Amino acid sequence: MSEQQPFIIDDPENLIFRLNRRTLSDPSILDEERIKIFDRSWIYCGHASEIPNVGDFETRNVCGRPVIFCRDEDNNVRVFLNSCAHRGAQVCRERSGNARRFYCFYHGWTYGCDGQLKTVPAEESYPSNFNKKRFSLREPPRVEGYKDFWFISFDPEIISLGEYLGDAKDYIDLVVEQSPSGCMEIIEGTQEYDIKANWKLLVENSFDDYHLVSTHKTWLDYMKDSGVEIRPPKGQGLLLPTHGVGKNLGNGCAVIDNINFRGRPVAKWISIYGESAKEEIEKIRQELVERLGEERAARVADTNRNLVIFPNLVINDGSSVTIRAFWPLAADKMKVTAWALGPSEESRNARARRLDSFLTFYGPGGFATPDDVEALESVQLGLQTWRELEWSEMTRGIDKEGEQLNTDELHLRTFWRQWNKLMTLEA
Amino acid sequence: MITSDSITRAEVEDFLYEEAALLDRWRLEDWLELLTHDAEYEVPSTDAPLSKTGDALFLIADDYRRIKARVKRLNDPEAHAESPRSRTRRMISNVRITKRQGTEIHVAANFSVYRFRYGYDVRHFVGHYHYTLMVEGPELKIRKRRAILDNTELGAQGAVSFIL
Repeated sequence: MSEQQPFIIDDPENLIFRLNRRTLSDPSILDEERIKIFDRSWIYCGHASEIPNVGDFETRNVCGRPVIFCRDEDNNVRVFLNSCAHRGAQVCRERSGNARRFYCFYHGWTYGCDGQLKTVPAEESYPSNFNKKRFSLREPPRVEGYKDFWFISFDPEIISLGEYLGDAKDYIDLVVEQSPSGCMEIIEGTQEYDIKANWKLLVENSFDDYHLVSTHKTWLDYMKDSGVEIRPPKGQGLLLPTHGVGKNLGNGCAVIDNINFRGRPVAKWISIYGESAKEEIEKIRQELVERLGEERAARVADTNRNLVIFPNLVINDGSSVTIRAFWPLAADKMKVTAWALGPSEESRNARARRLDSFLTFYGPGGFATPDDVEALESVQLGLQTWRELEWSEMTRGIDKEGEQLNTDELHLRTFWRQWNKLMTLEA
Repeated sequence: MITSDSITRAEVEDFLYEEAALLDRWRLEDWLELLTHDAEYEVPSTDAPLSKTGDALFLIADDYRRIKARVKRLNDPEAHAESPRSRTRRMISNVRITKRQGTEIHVAANFSVYRFRYGYDVRHFVGHYHYTLMVEGPELKIRKRRAILDNTELGAQGAVSFIL
């Protein structure tokens, strides 16, 4: 171990921040990450709107474990490890649905949606010390929610979710405040796709605004062709047509915060939405002002945010809102799950506009995401040289006092510093 | 006058094969000529194959304007996901006319599309199409094409960066 180079060289005094590329390529790093990163953080599991009714469930894989995200008979959000206490088979094999019982078909053990073992066939053949109470479905050590976003942690000692989210809470609030009732919902239809790249490259990419101009030229052209005005604010000699900032939010969470120029379903009209949408968007904005005041309404309506909740949750609130969680399948491969989020009470037209706006940029068939995927896969192919080319450069903005631009890399360094901290903690 | 009643399955098959050949040869401008000016092109999310655009998140939900923009993008060398371009090969089969209504013909067909690319594994897209074709004078035109993937998730297929 002593011969190994450090994961990062973090020396702001000498204006140096370098990332060792083995962190993105070496398969042995991933085994460590599963224990030191994923099992020591708060990990996004699901949104309460996915399971609105008693008995509703969604099954998914979180942190390499199959889990059931469900609502019990007392209307509480619950998370269970999807494995029978008897021999281990999954007790729920459907993707989603509504059930008052989870049934293991292997030997017929049956659990309630509160996780308690209800029935065991031929129970009388078990010895006298057999007690059904000992065989409930196991829950992750910690399950907590913030504004309908539910997280789990496999670290029983971890700080509360609220403390962990820290300053990120205000950014989640800005997303949720789009809804007059404060109820956002996951919209039907999930985008699930693999990227042949290390999962941390998508963390970087999700809030790296430096790549916008060169990677997404065709998307910018599409916006221009559609009559959307894309130009930098006056008097600024910026690379990008917007003056945004990057911020450290604590515990590895970070954000880029941008003035919007590309339209927002709530509530900034652009020509792509069509003249007929103007009136409704104006009304949506008016409601925001009445409810939140002019200043906060402008935050909700006129700014975008790309938020990373350490380690693997991204909430991008731009042309639309996307929730994106991603999981390493191997050092050079990840699985991405992306959802669209919208105010639960929005009109049919507003919802259609939101979804349409989503697809212009995001997703495997969008005008931008496929080029991000291509960039990440290209990086991963290039990183096969990690033994020869050891270091990646990540110093943009490091010599600046105070505010950092969205095209700087403070937010990327924030993620990597937390990652490095957890990976180098003594057990 | 040609109506939908006089179109045979073989003619529909010829039309779909011709379309597939244009797409496999990346003759996208010529492919656009096969579309009506109110055409729609849709690929639903893999977990919501029967959903409606406007209600649900799709992978692709283009109106004619965005189909044209998609073609423009794909013809730009800076559409990095398809630059260099992939090679695709489409197998169209099980073609059935499911409904005829005035000048409209509804068609179902299976597809198996392979995507090859330098430096990449082959990516295989399997599913079925729902077409709404229009009889316009002597020609067939595409008013709607929906490509429904059988994959329960897109997974190793990655992006739908070409016209599926």
